[in-house]
Amino acid sequence: MGVLTMGVFPGLVGSGCYDFALKLAGAAADKGHVVNLWFSGNATVSVKAHQKHLKDYSTGEKYLVELMEKGVEICTCEACTVSRGIQKTESIAKIQWNAMHWYLSKIHSADRVLQIGGE
Amino acid sequence: MADVKCAFIVQRPQYKGETSRLAMTHALSYQTVEVLLEDGDTVTPSLCFVGEGILGISKGQNAIAPYGINSSELHAKNCLLVDMDVYVCKEDMERFGITEDQLPDAEDMGAEKKINVVPFAQIEKIMEEAKHVLFF
Repeated sequence: MGVLTMGVFPGLVGSGCYDFALKLAGAAADKGHVVNLWFSGNATVSVKAHQKHLKDYSTGEKYLVELMEKGVEICTCEACTVSRGIQKTESIAKIQWNAMHWYLSKIHSADRVLQIGGE
Repeated sequence: MADVKCAFIVQRPQYKGETSRLAMTHALSYQTVEVLLEDGDTVTPSLCFVGEGILGISKGQNAIAPYGINSSELHAKNCLLVDMDVYVCKEDMERFGITEDQLPDAEDMGAEKKINVVPFAQIEKIMEEAKHVLFF
């Protein structure tokens, strides 16, 4: 099995790219691949805990928790996240917080890298 | 011990869009990635500006006054300062009427590297030689 590292930059709301990235990460994990997700830019907003999953709105929390239960490593860019007013104490549990070099380190070990560009 | 080459391709204009700036800051983080890698492992980025991505690196920018943020010129200079290879597509410069003397250098910061203006064919070669290509 391989190692897939994905950089996810788009926001939770505004395009289907974010949802696509999470679905793909889940599918790859189900097949037994090692999957790393790096959140940067507007994607970092989705790490805030206690999102209410209303059926008319996109949500990140439910799917991120499911991915981590499958063994997917998720890390958010600390600078991008705090610049949007979200503190580490407000984060979904077990999501890692780190600097951009976390992404590069996961790229180093990856067989495939997908850069999902944002706004 | 392994070096992984990554090509960061910037194809969108700077300001009011975030990804082009993030391309530079992510590439710059190669300077500290070794703290998370095994001894001897490295990541080597190449930063390439193509298409509208070349519009944000002209010298003489002042982003502090209108936006209160650092300019993308400063980020480009920082990339040169840390000895990153930075390329700008020659054909796109001609298309937008940008000349080489409008590009910044970082001599004032002590950098030895300069921005390389190259044909797109060379940027294609950089992408072919990289293990991973990241489009911003």
